Amino acid sequence: MSGVAVTIRNFAFSPATLKVPVGTTVTWTDQDTDTHTVTSTGSGGPLHSPALATHATYSYRFTTPGTYAYLCTIHPFMTAEVEVTR
Amino acid sequence: MTGYRDAQDPVPDGAADQPAGEHGMSRRQLMRHAGWFGGAVVLTVAAGEVTSRIAGPRGTGAEAVAATGGALRFVQVSDSHIGFHGPANTDVAGSFTKAIDQVNALGFRPDFVMHSGDLTHLSTADQFDQVRQMMTRLRTDRVFTVPGEHDSIGDAGRAYRQIFGSGTLGDGWYSFDTHGVHFVALVNTLSLEKLGHLGTEQIDFVRKDLSGLSSDTPIVVFSHIPLFAMYPQWGWSTDDALKVIALLRRFSSVTCLNGHVHQLFTKTEGNITFHSATTTAYPLPKPGRAPAPTPQVVPARQLKAALGIRTVGYRQGDRELAVKDERLA
Repeated sequence: MSGVAVTIRNFAFSPATLKVPVGTTVTWTDQDTDTHTVTSTGSGGPLHSPALATHATYSYRFTTPGTYAYLCTIHPFMTAEVEVTR
Repeated sequence: MTGYRDAQDPVPDGAADQPAGEHGMSRRQLMRHAGWFGGAVVLTVAAGEVTSRIAGPRGTGAEAVAATGGALRFVQVSDSHIGFHGPANTDVAGSFTKAIDQVNALGFRPDFVMHSGDLTHLSTADQFDQVRQMMTRLRTDRVFTVPGEHDSIGDAGRAYRQIFGSGTLGDGWYSFDTHGVHFVALVNTLSLEKLGHLGTEQIDFVRKDLSGLSSDTPIVVFSHIPLFAMYPQWGWSTDDALKVIALLRRFSSVTCLNGHVHQLFTKTEGNITFHSATTTAYPLPKPGRAPAPTPQVVPARQLKAALGIRTVGYRQGDRELAVKDERLA
């Protein structure tokens, strides 16, 4: 299946709401000079990136429909979500 | 110091509830401050820096307290960000070393030193080991810490607790008593959702911890992220802090000391005074003055002036603690 990119720039995830079909691999790329993470909101979510330095990437393949909220644990005001549809 | 310099400027959103008076201290804060020393406080303004000094021979802040035996004197350092590499400070280890040297040269041995979080920049084993080793140089009886969000990246604070969490409860919180003061050290950098968060287990701990204390016990609360709404848009607040604030209301003197925001800021709400500390690493913008709270690149001399350490003194029987911020020498 196809891949989709999310950019981290200026302390924001772009796009903030991403809609993708099941099976899509989403890749986040940090374009900031600051380090960020891609981490599921709350407990039990699937997104757990390590600390992403500038130009570092993190990928996850969504296999179950649903809405996946996530944030940067270092800058938790940075929030976004991925909506996965059949 | 540097934080007070611009404090008379309007700060968005609740950060400036107190009307700013002389040099950013509200009249009430100034009076409380003067009241603590029981004498005149002279605000010296030099090169934009505001320093409070007691008129008379007793010295300043913790040194004044030291003049009477049996007083409590401790130091707060914060946000050393060991492992940070960037133009905002190309040598954070060197800055933290200077801060440690300055603590060791205070002229008195602090009863303890509290590092209020973001010891490391990225929570790596090497960074934790480096900052731990550096802090062994502190000439003090005890070093305490609370974790910052930079100390709990990817592992919900496990690596932090392995090194700094012995003797703590839950996710790393604890309390202790010395010199008639009750200290509570909180963890509000885990389970973050936009803001700092304490959680019900920790709030229950605080409730039980405070329940046996008489209301005239001075309370000091440490946390990394401010317990007051300094600037929620940048996460500079704690979403469930009001539950702890409610438990603190009955005490006659409460002092909350935090880090995280890399700049000095003071706010009084009734019986509770909040003091944000500066950093030893790099400045962050004032609330809302930049698109994001990114490390600020400033000229070398300005950088030094933005960094600092804090000494706190308390004499048994007094109502207030004396908080004194010093820039890095």
